[in-house]
Amino acid sequence: MQSSNDPPRGAGGGPECAADHRAVPGRAYVETGQGAGYDGPRYDDPWYDALASGWGESAGPASPEPTVPPMRRKAPAEPPRAAADVYLEVQRSEAFQEVRSRYRRFVVPAVAGFFLWYVAYVVAATSAPALMARPVAGAVNVAMVAGLGQFLTTFLLTWAYARHARLRRDRAALELRWDTQELTRGVRGGAS
Amino acid sequence: MTDDHQTLALLLFSTFVAVTLGITTWVGRHRQGSAEEFYAGGRLFSPMENGFAISGDYMSAASFLGISGLIALNGYDGMLYSVGFLVAWLVVLFLVAELVRNCGRFTLADVVAARMRERPVRIAAGTSSVTVSVLYLVAQMVGAGSLVALLLGGTSEAARTWTVIGVGALMVIYVSLGGMRATTWIQIVKAVLLLGGTVALTTLVLVRFHGDVDRLLRTAAERSGHGEAFLAPGLAYGGDWVARFDFISLGLALVLGTAGLPHILSRFYTVPTARAARRSVVWSIGLIGGFYLMTIVLGFGAAALVGPDAVRASNAAGNTAVPLLALDLGGGAQSTGGTVLFAVVAAVAFATILAVVAGITLASSASVAHDLYASLRRRRSKPRSEVAVARVAAVGIGAVAIGLGLLARDLNVAFLVGLAFAVAASANLPVLLYSLFWRGFTTRGAVWAVYGGLVPSVVLVLLSPVVSGSPQSLFPDLDFQYFPLQNPGLVSIPLGFVAGWLGTVTSPEVPDEARHAETEVRSLTGAGAV
Repeated sequence: MQSSNDPPRGAGGGPECAADHRAVPGRAYVETGQGAGYDGPRYDDPWYDALASGWGESAGPASPEPTVPPMRRKAPAEPPRAAADVYLEVQRSEAFQEVRSRYRRFVVPAVAGFFLWYVAYVVAATSAPALMARPVAGAVNVAMVAGLGQFLTTFLLTWAYARHARLRRDRAALELRWDTQELTRGVRGGAS
Repeated sequence: MTDDHQTLALLLFSTFVAVTLGITTWVGRHRQGSAEEFYAGGRLFSPMENGFAISGDYMSAASFLGISGLIALNGYDGMLYSVGFLVAWLVVLFLVAELVRNCGRFTLADVVAARMRERPVRIAAGTSSVTVSVLYLVAQMVGAGSLVALLLGGTSEAARTWTVIGVGALMVIYVSLGGMRATTWIQIVKAVLLLGGTVALTTLVLVRFHGDVDRLLRTAAERSGHGEAFLAPGLAYGGDWVARFDFISLGLALVLGTAGLPHILSRFYTVPTARAARRSVVWSIGLIGGFYLMTIVLGFGAAALVGPDAVRASNAAGNTAVPLLALDLGGGAQSTGGTVLFAVVAAVAFATILAVVAGITLASSASVAHDLYASLRRRRSKPRSEVAVARVAAVGIGAVAIGLGLLARDLNVAFLVGLAFAVAASANLPVLLYSLFWRGFTTRGAVWAVYGGLVPSVVLVLLSPVVSGSPQSLFPDLDFQYFPLQNPGLVSIPLGFVAGWLGTVTSPEVPDEARHAETEVRSLTGAGAV
């Protein structure tokens, strides 16, 4: 997908890039887009670039913004429709379905699990104090263990989620992000 | 409390105010007045910075003083609060943080309005966000007023009034001059101070018991006069079934409300990407979890070292347990160590209230300017003018909060916070989750979900024993109490979800598939995110 999107991007000139990205707002692209090495590093580690490029600081936003309205007015109806089609297309793509199902396969059971565990804990604490008061070791009773267990499961689930997202989702989501932005830009570039 | 304590505490607190005002003016010098900068700090914060800021926003004085005090008085039942406050972050991490970062610009309404007709949705979500924020603000203001009365010995009405007014004025200055960037730095400074103070006190408690937690618990149980029952649930919420349902209701509100708090949601826009939003939540879960674990030690430590009777004698709600503990750990009331520790705790508590109040004011002024003003004026206001409105809104909200804070000064702080959580969980969470995850969700559903949660939660509170019908209520002489629970969450949260569903299925509107696709793609990939 990456290579197929290159031609429209190359065709669009500097100012047009800037205008297109007003619609998909993100000043990072405006600033780096004017430089030479735009294509390569952006694909390698955009997370890092977005942080490091210093966007949003001085001068940057001031210059391109006034040029936006005339560019948009040329084709008032067409671009949004086309952009919507792009989102539908991406949503139906296999890659996106895969990312979404990976996200849901982790999140749905995890949410159900911790929520039930928490509700069970609160209900037990309020309705079965005798059970909760049963000693486990020394002064520590079932209630203490359960409460600390809540803390522990929260930490564990946080770690598991962060790891799952980092290993199974981030890379694919990032590629989809660039593909989608290329597509929306390609569509708009052709229309205007 | 002696004069030494007061002087030192005031000195430390003034230093904090001076430093934060310095930050604010320093940030103000570099400002450009863009909406991005005012609401989101230019989206330039790193995950670690934002994680500290989130935990700073979240660890209010109610947590620091309130939870430890509850544990010192009620033993285990106080600990139930800490668990609820922490577990709530899993909802935020799994379902909200990344998706909201990708879909919205500044407020909750942005996420919903991306799929729906903008105007009704913005008005609804803006109204509920402002309601939640004002409730939360009033709680903090009331807390500030009682804190000064407790810690500085100035029980006079004038001292409390001036504290509330002073806190309100300071927060308006922070927010309207410094915007999100200054507010975030204030949160970071405050979070570091609070965590530092808590770590120091916890270490001292553990050193006192030579690291023997078992002995700490046993001493606390003995000293409380309840014996083993002090370490098991039931002391505070073990009465009749109304009390038990009340607690379940509160527990639900705590766990589901965090993800609907406007000032927490707006924090995710201060980082550049969804991944950064996730990492900042991971940071904040670590910090908040550690903090609540330490408050548990502090609570039982206060019960063991100070004793519940002494705590109750100083303040019936237990809010002074930690300062008293600090005094004891430092070596007693007359010692230098005790004076210093006490002053540090008092100053940290003030700083906490000030910072939390600034964070909430910023979020609610964003709701007013970005959602309500923009929709009601029905014209595309330029970013600059919107920021100007936000600054004015910060002043207005500050004034409202000061007024309500003075009116409500006798209400229980913990109750007010719980109420804010309940309204957030009933009015904000359903509409947020539905618009992120439900393909068929419509504009009517969104509007109904907000009002269907907001109206019942507020009405149920008005009909509850909090407002009338019991000696502790706001109007003890009147009796229009028809709802037995103090916290409406158990009823109003399901109502919010049902109303959203009902509005959607009865709506003739066909859900826009393309805009749902856009929301879904944006939420999971970040394409087109600001």
